[in-house]
Amino acid sequence: MNYSEFLNMVPEFVLVLALIIVFFADFFASRNAERKASLGYLTMLMLIGTAVTSAMTEPTQAFGGIYVTTAAINVMKAILAFGSLVVVVMATSWVEKNLKLAGEFYMLILSTLLGMFMMMSSGSFLLFFLGLEMASVPLACMVAFDRHRKESAEGAAKYILVATFSSGVMLFGISFIYAATGTLYFDDVCAAVSNSPLCIMGLVFFFSGLGFKISLVPFHFWTADTYQGAPTPVTGYLSVISKGAAAITLCTILMKAFAPMVEYWDYMLYIVIVLSITVANLFAIRQNELKRFMAFSSISQAGYIMLAVVGNGQLGVAALTYYVLVYIVANMAVFTVINVVEQNNGGRTDMAAYNGFYQTNPKLSFLMTLALFSLAGIPPFAGMFSKFFVFMAGVQNGEPMAYGVVFIALVNTVVSLYYYLLIVKAMYITKTDAPLPTFQSDANTKVALAICTAGIALFGVASCVYEWIAAAGI
Amino acid sequence: MLVGLWLAKNVNQVRGVMVTGASCLLALSVWLTIYFIQERAAGNTAEMLLTYSTPWFKPLNIAYSVGVDGISVVMLLLSSIIVFTGTFASWQLKPLTKEYFLWFTLLSTGVYGFFISTDLFTMFMFYEVALIPMYLLIGVWGSGRKEYSAMKLTLMLMGGSALLILGLLGIYYFNGIYSGNYTFELTTIAANHCIPGHIQNIFFPFIFIGFGVLGALFPFHTWSPDGHASAPTAVSMLHAGVLMKLGGYGCFRVAMYLLPEAAQDLSWIFLILTTISVVYGALSACVQTDLKYINAYSSVSHCGLVLFALLMMSQTAVTGAVLQMLSHGLMTALFFALIGMIYGRTHTRDIRELAGLMKIMPFLAVGYVIAGLANLGLPGFSGFIAEMTIFVGSFGAHPLSGDPNTSFRMVATIIACMSIVVTAVYILRVVGKILYGEVENKHFLELTDATWDERVAVICLIFCVAGLGSFPFWVSDMISPAAGTILESIGVM
Repeated sequence: MNYSEFLNMVPEFVLVLALIIVFFADFFASRNAERKASLGYLTMLMLIGTAVTSAMTEPTQAFGGIYVTTAAINVMKAILAFGSLVVVVMATSWVEKNLKLAGEFYMLILSTLLGMFMMMSSGSFLLFFLGLEMASVPLACMVAFDRHRKESAEGAAKYILVATFSSGVMLFGISFIYAATGTLYFDDVCAAVSNSPLCIMGLVFFFSGLGFKISLVPFHFWTADTYQGAPTPVTGYLSVISKGAAAITLCTILMKAFAPMVEYWDYMLYIVIVLSITVANLFAIRQNELKRFMAFSSISQAGYIMLAVVGNGQLGVAALTYYVLVYIVANMAVFTVINVVEQNNGGRTDMAAYNGFYQTNPKLSFLMTLALFSLAGIPPFAGMFSKFFVFMAGVQNGEPMAYGVVFIALVNTVVSLYYYLLIVKAMYITKTDAPLPTFQSDANTKVALAICTAGIALFGVASCVYEWIAAAGI
Repeated sequence: MLVGLWLAKNVNQVRGVMVTGASCLLALSVWLTIYFIQERAAGNTAEMLLTYSTPWFKPLNIAYSVGVDGISVVMLLLSSIIVFTGTFASWQLKPLTKEYFLWFTLLSTGVYGFFISTDLFTMFMFYEVALIPMYLLIGVWGSGRKEYSAMKLTLMLMGGSALLILGLLGIYYFNGIYSGNYTFELTTIAANHCIPGHIQNIFFPFIFIGFGVLGALFPFHTWSPDGHASAPTAVSMLHAGVLMKLGGYGCFRVAMYLLPEAAQDLSWIFLILTTISVVYGALSACVQTDLKYINAYSSVSHCGLVLFALLMMSQTAVTGAVLQMLSHGLMTALFFALIGMIYGRTHTRDIRELAGLMKIMPFLAVGYVIAGLANLGLPGFSGFIAEMTIFVGSFGAHPLSGDPNTSFRMVATIIACMSIVVTAVYILRVVGKILYGEVENKHFLELTDATWDERVAVICLIFCVAGLGSFPFWVSDMISPAAGTILESIGVM
């Protein structure tokens, strides 16, 4: 074995290094109050390093093709590292107030990100599965981090049960594929896969396993409870980072390993997309707890993300990556506001708390409005561009069925606009006797919001962002 | 383009900034109009003038490209006048003034951008930019059942734009497949002219209805009365005056220009719908008791007439349609401004409670009479010119391939003509009821006439309405060649 091949895995290498540094810093640093803050800053620094190195890494492979990166995957890694950075920035105030174990929290974030990186650059089902598990287990710990709240533990239990179950289903599917093709490497699978029932069974089981991770309907039942139970920063992390990583992985595996079976998984995608978007939208309308509401919103967004994969076309990966990037900034802006409101008002996350919010906290509610508009896909904010591009990717092959699916998705954007506007209405229009008191948000929250708002405003209009992603290509 | 400049300054001295900005815009569009006429007189016959194009999203062939022809110049002029007067009409708006003007500015940015874009994607983006501020403008500063109306309006218009996206994607891909040149550029697609007829027939309804929702096409007009009734004055003005024209403009510029065969095949279906709009809008206006509802239904009728004339596809009718957009924009703005001012004093818009306003506020009352007369098409005002052109043009329109029979267009014209009579009925009914007669509510006697800022707005608009009515030719000379070029490209001339 040639150990120098480890050097090809630069982003992972940097992350492992970061993990070790944060661990030792946590271990040796003096036990005062500033320790938590400085650990947070250290983690941010590490994540910036990861993002930069990911963006600069050349496409390579190692260990005989079990580890493969392409330019598109590297871009996605940079984006996810950037997203985790936003999560960490926004989480610091919560960590400082509520946690004794600051170091552990940051380490868990770094290690799940490491797992996701492995999963994304896998060239074989083996490494893919290892990466997936490495990402899931720390996430369950993070969901359970609010040890004093019963819901947090409940959410974690639900998450870990569903995660193991879906892993089981997926392994079952992978074993079928192994039986049919005799290999676990994507390239070899692609060459050997056929339309035999065994392969189709394998594809379906594999797809449903990842469907759990992306929380597509009908595999979404854990989402609402886990999102509600988890601490708000973790909910944000779950909804954008973990979802984005799983989506790009599903996309690459479908396009790489299952390319010959495109007509089968296209139909699967049609059904799953239509169900995800429609069902989640209908449920979201009836929610009056903001985190649950965002859970359903994120299920429907997952449907839009998968729209990019339809048709196995050349626009797909770029549209998907861009969508995830825009989704990260918009969704994190919303979660940052939810988090800061929760921190300052005794844990209130119900929708009624936001009535008359504009009168007392105009800036926060204005930023929240921008973020919601972006999620709903309204220009000139970035969300409209990303939605338009996934629609373009969806119909690029001119399939009549794809036009139908895009049409249903479009109708659903109107429904989603309705429920996003409900929050806007609560903040601006609904009169109330007791709006939340005015409060001052801390510096880190402001930084997180500034990053997100800049992203919402610029990622769409400044076309260079999309061009950078598209240049990384297929 | 230019508007971004004064968005930034909007922080302090909001009113001052708004007036300066709006005047600048007005001056610029007047300059643009003069420049345009000069260029045309100098023999420049390019389809679009002042074109500028820069690639925006290169991998997807999206460009930010702008340009104007006669129709868009006229529309820009109209928008500037309305924004200018709208600023004065909302002079005394109280809570959250700054935010109000911020959203108002965003709305007008969208409108300007829409009229100058020659790239489908950019055009669509500006279209949506113009729609969303409506929700907050109506929801926060409106009156009556504002939450319901705001939601209804936003969702219906966004539903329309959902149809639009699908239509645009269809045009983009099928133009690309058949010509090998993937582009969102309007004029290029029109020049390629290669999408087969049966595919055009699929996407034409999507685009036409998508824009038609905003143009108050029956049966998709129901957002309009509620929306207008609840909106604050300036927003009603801008919305009825300019925003509804986006619909007509889009139907012509995108649906009919890019999908010409489908336009010829399917226009009869939409002609029936627009004829219903025209007559039904006018009849509904007769039975309303709320001043704003009356004008909203009147707008439905008049905007229906715009779409009606566009679908006739004869040069005269299309010129009439654009004149009607201009004239209706000015008149409706005047109407809504006056209604807003009356409502601001009396706190009611119910015509059963109002009477004898002529004695109390003569200035506003005279303005109202003028607006009413212009609206029912009295010669000398813009309404007459526009409607006359439309009906003359429509009556002589050639039957097209898709029509059920040869006299179909004539019959439709005759039916639509009846709306003129009905218009007279509802206008005169209102004028007689609210302006003359005995004052019923004694406390109305203490009310005052218009303040200076209101007078500026009203006089400005009356001046434009009368000006357009007396000297229509410089405008129609601008519109007519542009309409001719497009109709030639459609292949009906």
